[in-house]
Amino acid sequence: MSNGRFGQHGGQYIPETLMNAVIELEEAYNRYKDDPQFNSELTALFNDYAGRPSRLYYAEKLTKTLGGAKIYLKREDLNHTGAHKINNVLGQALLAKKMGKTRLIAETGAGQHGVATATAAALMGMECVVFMGEEDTKRQALNVYRMKLLGSEVVPVTTGTATLKDAVSEAMREWTSRIADTHYCLGSVMGPHPFPTIVRDFQAVISKEIKQQILEKEGRLPDAVMACVGGGSNAIGTFYHFIGDKDVRLIGCEAAGRGIDTFETAATINTGRLGIFHGMKSYFCQDKYGQIAPVYSISAGLDYPGIGPEHAYLHDIGRAEYVAVTDDEAVNAFEFLAKTEGIIPAIESAHAVAHAMKIAPEMDKDRIIVITISGRGDKDCAAIARYRGENIYE
Amino acid sequence: MSNTANAFKNGKAFIPFITCGDPDLETTGKIVRAMAENGASLIELGIPFSDPTAEGPVIQEANIRALSGGVTTDMIFDFVRELRRDVKIPFVFMTYANVVYSYGTEKFISACADIGVDGIILPDVPFEEKGDFAPVCKKYGVDLISMIAPTSEQRIEMIAKEAEGFIYIVSSLGVTGVRSEIKTDIASIVAAVRKCTDTPCAIGFGISTPEQAHRMASLSDGAIVGSAIVKIAAKYGKDAAPYIGEYVKSMTEAL
Repeated sequence: MSNGRFGQHGGQYIPETLMNAVIELEEAYNRYKDDPQFNSELTALFNDYAGRPSRLYYAEKLTKTLGGAKIYLKREDLNHTGAHKINNVLGQALLAKKMGKTRLIAETGAGQHGVATATAAALMGMECVVFMGEEDTKRQALNVYRMKLLGSEVVPVTTGTATLKDAVSEAMREWTSRIADTHYCLGSVMGPHPFPTIVRDFQAVISKEIKQQILEKEGRLPDAVMACVGGGSNAIGTFYHFIGDKDVRLIGCEAAGRGIDTFETAATINTGRLGIFHGMKSYFCQDKYGQIAPVYSISAGLDYPGIGPEHAYLHDIGRAEYVAVTDDEAVNAFEFLAKTEGIIPAIESAHAVAHAMKIAPEMDKDRIIVITISGRGDKDCAAIARYRGENIYE
Repeated sequence: MSNTANAFKNGKAFIPFITCGDPDLETTGKIVRAMAENGASLIELGIPFSDPTAEGPVIQEANIRALSGGVTTDMIFDFVRELRRDVKIPFVFMTYANVVYSYGTEKFISACADIGVDGIILPDVPFEEKGDFAPVCKKYGVDLISMIAPTSEQRIEMIAKEAEGFIYIVSSLGVTGVRSEIKTDIASIVAAVRKCTDTPCAIGFGISTPEQAHRMASLSDGAIVGSAIVKIAAKYGKDAAPYIGEYVKSMTEAL
């Protein structure tokens, strides 16, 4: 079995043309990941540029309204660019720069990873091209403008379902045609090895901070940590330093779209099966002949037919739970958190809030839940208004 | 010698590609027969995949046309079984890992052997991942075709030593599709391959004109053409077979 496996999942299922590129990336990552100079540069970027550490906020009103477990919010929405995506991007851009690359390419769904990549490219003086499904460029028009403002080119992808999976395919195609000066800054814990490991390591700062912060505030570990899951980067970041703490429940919230009993869903663990796609072996929504399903979620960032290989493994061994949350539930949670705490979460993160709203009231008051708010919801306001029948446009 | 390698016995091989079911299997049947009648040495039969990440726009669209027409892996197996009654030249399937894996690798590969498909090309399965497929292919005598790219460099030896049937040399960076010029130093790649194996080499990606085919075949053992043919299929739809036959003839004559 090849490199980069999480149980049976992972691997490097990519064209031969890209093999030396991922090998080069793995070698560079192994060289720099424990390098004190690299890490001090990255920490400086995290702290001084992105605004880390992000706050762990006790949501007292939310807790009291739900009447059960004590709820903390990990505020990744307060990072520069408004989402957890910047953690991974700063790490990869710095690595790419050390490798002598001058150009970044990226895929994006909701646009948060695209914006983060465009931001890092601007900061580090690199060229940047972002691939975004045409459908998503409409859903997230503001983010398209932000990327252009930051000096990036945005390429609308019209193939397939014109969403995140097609943006990934197109970015992979682009990388195949231009490797020497280009780093593919993949935005989630997916794709071929070493991406799932690199992205996890850069996002693991989330759980590292949660652990320190909750010990300071509560003097003990939480009973559950929760996050939304598309490819799964903020979720693995939230889980990682708790994987060894068996008493901490790890809960990933997938996008059920219109429901897991419909075809309009993106809940991979709940509806998918084992397959090979986008460079990895993992679970995918697919038909009986292995054709990848045209998935759906109101959330462009969770609208992906697969899940990162480490999540697939955590599911297999029963360490993490993966639950499905519908569009309706997520929109309710989006509005509920805005009204109770004055925090507008990204519609992606609202999936995790929605599940917390289900389980917190069932838990005793001395229990503690941490929900990662992976991003802020400004980008979603127009779409949610339309979902509620208000015809506003950005 | 495997049946796939037999395609290279009588001089330079011309290897055309077609997506099965574009726009329907009846048309694909006529196209395959036209290819065989006009001198094709081996035919690559594409099983469509929803997300063909190694393909350029031309073959991507063919995949979409075929899948929207309702073609499935089982229908393609039945179709090839029927085709094998009169078409004797080697066939290889070209598809993606998930199409095989999801169907059940053993079930898929044993079906290949049963219906007379001699090899399989999976562009998203590099040397490191062939363990999922190679042992099953060996068991059923189906060649798992290896690919070598302009970026392979020090990997060439490792890949070539274990190659079966023929080696698919990717002419240039990027995805499939017509190119006006192929700049890669193919001669040195072929030379590196020849040092480690007698397995024949054919060059693909970007070849469309008889001149290009001649040049690529003179550097190796054959030329593979996909997008240029699929373009004709797209243009003429159900009537494409004679036009593709004519094109294949011009290409085989140029070799």
